[in-house]
Amino acid sequence: MTEADLIVLGAGPAGMAAACQAAGAGLSVLVLDEQPRAGGQIYRDVARAAALRGRILGSDYTGGQALVAALDHPLIAHLPGAVAWRVDPDGTVAFSRAGVAGMARGRRLLVATGALERPMPVPGWTLPGVMTAGAAQILLKASGVVAGDAVLAGSGPLLYLVAAQMVRAGTPPRALVETQGTTDLLAAARHLPGALAGWRMLAKGGALLRELAGAGVPRFRGASAIAVEGADHATAITFDCGGTRHRIPCSTVLLHHGVVPNTQVTRSLALAHDWDAAQRAFRPVRDGWGRTSLSTVFVAGDGAGIGGAGVAALSGRLAALAIAHDLGRICAGDRDLAARPLRVRRALDLAARPFLDRAFPPFRGALAPDDATIICRCEEVTAGDIRRHAALGTLGPNQAKAFSRAGMGPCQGRFCAASVAEILAALQGTSPGRIGTHRVRAPLKPVTLAEIAALADDLPGPGPGAS
Amino acid sequence: MKTAFRDLAAGGASADASEGARVPVSFEGRALLLRAGANLAAELLVAGVMPFRHTPVSGAPRGPFCMMGACYDCLVRIGGVTQQACMIEVAGGMEIAMPPAGPADGGTDD
Repeated sequence: MTEADLIVLGAGPAGMAAACQAAGAGLSVLVLDEQPRAGGQIYRDVARAAALRGRILGSDYTGGQALVAALDHPLIAHLPGAVAWRVDPDGTVAFSRAGVAGMARGRRLLVATGALERPMPVPGWTLPGVMTAGAAQILLKASGVVAGDAVLAGSGPLLYLVAAQMVRAGTPPRALVETQGTTDLLAAARHLPGALAGWRMLAKGGALLRELAGAGVPRFRGASAIAVEGADHATAITFDCGGTRHRIPCSTVLLHHGVVPNTQVTRSLALAHDWDAAQRAFRPVRDGWGRTSLSTVFVAGDGAGIGGAGVAALSGRLAALAIAHDLGRICAGDRDLAARPLRVRRALDLAARPFLDRAFPPFRGALAPDDATIICRCEEVTAGDIRRHAALGTLGPNQAKAFSRAGMGPCQGRFCAASVAEILAALQGTSPGRIGTHRVRAPLKPVTLAEIAALADDLPGPGPGAS
Repeated sequence: MKTAFRDLAAGGASADASEGARVPVSFEGRALLLRAGANLAAELLVAGVMPFRHTPVSGAPRGPFCMMGACYDCLVRIGGVTQQACMIEVAGGMEIAMPPAGPADGGTDD
């Protein structure tokens, strides 16, 4: 069993910044990350790819190199390719690396597992050729692979960024099908942040839109009734816009309508969560340092509420300061002094969120899919299945899971839990916050029996040969 | 096989020296030359492999969806173990197969 003052789950901006700050205060840090190289999804593989594709991906991406470089610290052990599949309240983490399981225990735990794409169930979304917009960006970042013959559909600034990156890569998308309308933009206008933060955001957005216009990428706004056509593979996207039905032939459809906190670990620990109505997602309850309802467990980054990479890194540093104080490495005065400028910057970075949340709401059609649309990709459960179970008296997601199998497949609800909660909430005329969401249990990711058996020597209690 | 996915390094426009030499692997018995150390799902997409599998429930075809280890749609079988192609790096000699699938005719097994 490896011991550390702090175990960080995830090597994205929050995890990397926290590890550095904690190591700087003299704490031993173990960083467990699923990916082969540090960076998280936002800075995926940045140490290698920045030099190769920095021009295409932009400075918001290449800026992540400093955080990755800072992981090289004598007090930080970074284990890439480590998939955590069980996290216990006492700080014990079971994980697998290349088929070999291991265990570690931290005096404090920081969950920095980032975000997941908000599931966007539309007819045909399970067809080969349909991916998330985030997936297309990951292909570009980590592999230098660009999706051709593509249409992007949904809402949110990521759609514009991915489209612009595809333009720079010499493979512009065929079209941008946007579900938000001008009324959303008008309603969002009163949330425009003041002065500098607002200007920066609008300037960035404007530059992306000019790139798309310059490349002649058609934009459809206020689209609804989105569907993907195809028998064995996507062949076209269809949608209503401006009173007509449109059909654009394409072999790739990239869906996105926002990201939501990845709460698999925090929910498996049965920590308190609440419903963020503005971001339409569950998030762990935490204080200004990121401390959760279990005092030894902290959360930072998008997994604590969507704020983006800048906010994530600042929140990671704040959590590390609180942890360093918990463990007696810094006094309260030094903690608070170091925290002050971080909090000021975090507030500035967060100023744009209310505008973005309101201007780019989730696609209504994917929150309330047609009965025939699959919502649980793993078990192929439709929205109609969930509604039928609800009509028989199913009140919550756990009951719906038992009856329908939605959430029981290998992804363990990562791409259906939000949909189930939305559907049940709509039927009961309430908010998903009152419906709740799936319980999550270990193993958090599939693990082989051989991997568990090989852990026997690490486990407390009677070991092999004791029987 | 026709593919919509393009490798930017191919054609020498931005020669990618850090990406590995090509090594032989197979997918369902089909011989492929993929970049060693590269992301397996990305390499299979560029090679025109699709679908990656058929679902155990209905036999419907599936391919990569999230590319970040969350959705389990890119599952393949290597060395008898079903794994996420997007979480694996290419190694020479990999024999990749589709995991077992359910009824392709849309029937059920109950």
